[in-house]
Amino acid sequence: MLMLRYTLKRLLSLVISLAVASVVIFTVIEVAPGDPASFMLGMNAQPETLAALRTELGLDTSKPERYFSWVAGMLSGDFGTSYTYRTPVADMVQQRMWVSLPLALYALTLSTLIAFPAGIYAASRRGRAGDVGVMGATQLGVAIPNFWFAMMLVLLFSIKLRWFAAGGFVGWDKGLFAGLHSLTLPAIALALPQAAILARVMRSALLDVLGEDFMRTARAKGLTARQALWRHGLRNAMIPVLTIIGLQFSFLLAGGIIIEQVFYLPGLGRLIFQSISARDLIVVESVTMLLVFAVIFVNFTVDLAYAAVDPRLRARA
Amino acid sequence: MNRSLILGCLLSALFILAALVSFVWTPFDAEALNIPVRLKGPNNTNLLGTDHFGRDILSLLMVGARTSIAVALVAVGIGMGLGVPLGLWAAARRGSLIDEVIMRGNDLVFAFPSLVIAILITAVFGAGAINAIIAIGIFNIPVFARITRGAALSLWEREFILAARVAGKSAARISFEHILPNVTNLLIVQGTIQFSLGILAEAGLSYVGLGAQPPTPSWGRMLADAQTMVSIAPHMALMPGFAIILTVLGLNLMGDGLRDLLDPRLRRMRT
Repeated sequence: MLMLRYTLKRLLSLVISLAVASVVIFTVIEVAPGDPASFMLGMNAQPETLAALRTELGLDTSKPERYFSWVAGMLSGDFGTSYTYRTPVADMVQQRMWVSLPLALYALTLSTLIAFPAGIYAASRRGRAGDVGVMGATQLGVAIPNFWFAMMLVLLFSIKLRWFAAGGFVGWDKGLFAGLHSLTLPAIALALPQAAILARVMRSALLDVLGEDFMRTARAKGLTARQALWRHGLRNAMIPVLTIIGLQFSFLLAGGIIIEQVFYLPGLGRLIFQSISARDLIVVESVTMLLVFAVIFVNFTVDLAYAAVDPRLRARA
Repeated sequence: MNRSLILGCLLSALFILAALVSFVWTPFDAEALNIPVRLKGPNNTNLLGTDHFGRDILSLLMVGARTSIAVALVAVGIGMGLGVPLGLWAAARRGSLIDEVIMRGNDLVFAFPSLVIAILITAVFGAGAINAIIAIGIFNIPVFARITRGAALSLWEREFILAARVAGKSAARISFEHILPNVTNLLIVQGTIQFSLGILAEAGLSYVGLGAQPPTPSWGRMLADAQTMVSIAPHMALMPGFAIILTVLGLNLMGDGLRDLLDPRLRRMRT
């Protein structure tokens, strides 16, 4: 019962968030200077052609009308038609998704694989040289801009060692390995700063748990420090760690934008950039909304996952 | 005094000093093109080398530091200027509708992928430093609102606040005269961290061409210029990168150190 109430409450706030987000995005795009129709046809367009195109694009209807038809379209999977490519935005998104989504997952996997051992190691060596070393490395990791790190990776692994291509994506039809291979450098560049943050969270979550009474009890009943850490410590330290992983996934999905630029990857981020420079605003509008939806939805799922794991959260809400 | 605080302060001071000195002196004119000496690596004349137009990289970095500071500082100012009053207000009316509205609004801004929105704002309203500042500043508001509210909530339970209420002070006066001075430490620490994040964000936006526009030198733009040259002139990418890393590292270390120094609870745990 509590779980159901909690879910409904979260669902309501999800819907409100999405509604507000869609209004904000629509408004920002609406006030954008420049008329897409005249932009597409150039300076010397005939007024009649311009008017015809405006009707075709639905630009001659009122703002609220346009807003609701946009939202209704999105809800039924129709994201509009690109002004420049004349193809449905949904198709373009689907194509690009196959780059951005695997990239985000790849980076998240790498980040977790680096951060967990590093965080656990640092916590178990608290205050000693190993801890100081790991923490120093994470300070550096947080300070490095990922697009700069990407350039350094290209310099070393593509230009000097020639192990990876400097950019572009071969496509999944060349096989899983080839696809992953061409996403490796971008994924590393994305993962590094995230791993640094995650390792710090892992360490501090573990240190919090290590001070708890149940850890002392575990030691008192005869477990070694290591056994207590693995059996009782880790599981209880997972809550803050999971939050950050959830946040990082949505960040990686949306934050890949700049990295996609560095590596010329045909993902959602590049699509946004290309559409912005072509003033293809319907694409910008729909893709932004989609990314916002992804972020809000991931956060919603993480919240529910917690409540399922930790009954206290349900009661508090 | 702890070592990371000293190191952090030194690095931050170096960065601010470089920006200040650039107003009166740079080794070379940062905007002067000098094609004959283009793409030179670090040498005795140009300590950090030259770029593809023969401009002195050290001079460009010094002037570029001004852009970074200006953007990050104003963005933090926006965040504090709006976030702190909102946080104080929410805490003063805790549990009320206004508290709920402010906090849910915060959550909403948090949920937006900040980079996408920053790109959207700068793309729609035109690329440039001012719009970059606004885009970064908006996402600082909820950070400061949340941290202020959190700290203020526990202060409202304290006896000296009760005394002020008994004395007949209004909630607004209590917030500004008694709560605000007691959360200043926290705000300084968070401000330092947001400042360093602002520098990273500015560099990212300038790198994709949505931040400061030519001819204003900026670290992100220097990196964008360097990208096509990275195989023949790696120093063009290395130097601005090091500048960003050292600055952000310095500010973060300073923020951590200040937190330890200003938070007596942590200080006691240490000893």
